[in-house]
Amino acid sequence: MKILVCISKAPDTTSRIAFTDNNTAFDQNGVQFIVNPYDEWYALVRALELKEAQGGSVTTITVGGADNDPIIRKALAIGADDAVRVDAEALDSLAVAKYIANYASANGYDLVMCGKETIDYNGAVVGGMVAELMDVPYVSLAIKLDVNGSVATLEREAQGGTEIVEASLPLVISASKGMAEQRIPNMRGIMAARTKPLQVVASEGINASTKVVRYELPPAKAAVKLVSADNVAELVDLLHNEAKVI
Amino acid sequence: MAILVFADNHGGKITKSSLEAVGYAAAMGGDVTAVTFGSIEGDGGMGNYGASKVIVAGNATSDPQQLTRLVVDVANAIGASDIVFSHDTTGKSVAPRVAARMDAGLVAGATAIPSGKEIKKNVFSGKAFAYVEACTDKRVISVLPNSFGLKASGGSATVEQYSGDCGSAGVIVKDFKPTSTDGSVPLPEAEMVVSAGRGMKGPENWGIIEDLAGVLGATTACSRPVADIGWRPHHEHVGQTGIAIRPNLYIAVGISGAIQHLAGVNGSKVIVVINTDPEAPFFKAADYGIVGDAFEVVPKLTEALKAFKSAH
Ligand SMILES: Cc1cc2nc3c(=O)[nH]c(=O)nc-3n(C[C@H](O)[C@H](O)[C@H](O)COP(=O)(O)OP(=O)(O)OC[C@H]3O[C@@H](n4cnc5c(N)ncnc54)[C@H](O)[C@@H]3O)c2cc1C
Repeated sequence: MKILVCISKAPDTTSRIAFTDNNTAFDQNGVQFIVNPYDEWYALVRALELKEAQGGSVTTITVGGADNDPIIRKALAIGADDAVRVDAEALDSLAVAKYIANYASANGYDLVMCGKETIDYNGAVVGGMVAELMDVPYVSLAIKLDVNGSVATLEREAQGGTEIVEASLPLVISASKGMAEQRIPNMRGIMAARTKPLQVVASEGINASTKVVRYELPPAKAAVKLVSADNVAELVDLLHNEAKVI
Repeated sequence: MAILVFADNHGGKITKSSLEAVGYAAAMGGDVTAVTFGSIEGDGGMGNYGASKVIVAGNATSDPQQLTRLVVDVANAIGASDIVFSHDTTGKSVAPRVAARMDAGLVAGATAIPSGKEIKKNVFSGKAFAYVEACTDKRVISVLPNSFGLKASGGSATVEQYSGDCGSAGVIVKDFKPTSTDGSVPLPEAEMVVSAGRGMKGPENWGIIEDLAGVLGATTACSRPVADIGWRPHHEHVGQTGIAIRPNLYIAVGISGAIQHLAGVNGSKVIVVINTDPEAPFFKAADYGIVGDAFEVVPKLTEALKAFKSAH
């Protein structure tokens, strides 16, 4: 089975969020970038498990500049066979999806896997767009994935419960918590990653369909109102009369 | 201006987040058509939230490819400028497909109606907001559940059957396992949430959390380590790498308030924290707090709420 895993970089979860250029750009000063957790912990690891059980290959794909190479090497250290970086600016989700779909369609994958969303833009949209552009089925928010021949069986998060679904390959999925357990790369993996192939594909100049006009930080929160543990009735009163939520 | 809303339904009942999406579209100030699949009763309540027309495709299932064909066909037929979804589990499967098929800009997870061309949404897991513009003529918007609220207008809609072809389904639903059998509201839609963390010491102690949730009609949630060690199911895990929620009331018991936890709950309107440690970071993000032992405070709070409920 040929598997393509979409990997993107995201600021570390403890990053201080700030903006520059008149609030039009994310301030990367001092920010540590990681592999987007959903891509790494769930999509990539499940792809590796499927390969280990059934044979095949796991390739990662990333759209963006050379500043992505450290996180791509991390994915290779965890176990991907090789990596592709489409050397274009990741202008917006649809542009990224077009680059990925072009590459995936041209190179024939059985399975394209994404994380359920990135933790910076929180779009949850690239996988679905890739699927539409490739004209194949898409299962979002998958928490379980098994492949038997040309048919995949999945569990996915749905409103109020879990859906058990079936779809035939080729297929695009987005992975959510529960699909696999995080793997920490070992020394051998890290050494091997240095020499694994990272193919850089030239950009194709796709336009953006959306743009961020500006960013804003939430207003500072007022100080907490403390209520004595011996007087919980006061809390009930505040929730009713002041906060008006009960 | 014609606006199309895709409305999801479960067993014929239009979901709350879809009604919210209908209300959002109506507030944008256009003529709102809603489209759904399977069969619903009457207008599914959507007229009451501002739809003037409801189109039902009896020949479609919840399959994203069928729904994409349906939505794009109806959008073209009515000349929709905007196509609105809920940013829920179905919207996340269909909205991106529709945007790709129409080559339209998608603003995913909108938290307010457009102001001029700008649409506000959460970014960095709720740690900041972005104002996003579509660069295309047509626009797809998915609305973050619980961000706009349900605003009934008292109207009703005409109902029409869809006569086009939705094609075959790529994803076949074999089974559905509900997360709760007690009928509590799913977390993303819940207006009240009672959440607990490692401070509860063990899964056997969750009774007092469930009692508190019970008296409020709240849904239960938990911190990540609690789900990871199996004290609670994964679907209860809220935070940056779990479910992001925006209830009216979030009560956090025995949760320290790590940045990754806050990222998923900071959209809550009111936050109450109960923690033994006055230095717990969660107090900085809270509206109300009690410094105290959950095992004493929570049962007392449940009793006080019972007394309040019987008096109101
Ligand atoms: C990449 C990454 C992603 C993450 N994503 C998430 C996420 O999505 N969601 C999430 O929750 N976490 C996430 N985490 C973990 C997060 O950093 C914290 O470790 C976690 O939230 C702590 O859980 P907790 O508050 O239940 O436990 P603890 O931090 O152990 O806190 C327990 C709290 O209970 C209090 N307590 C103890 N006894 C009592 C008592 N009797 N009564 C009242 N209070 C008591 C303590 O004072 C303490 O504040 C993530 C971490 C990383 C690195």
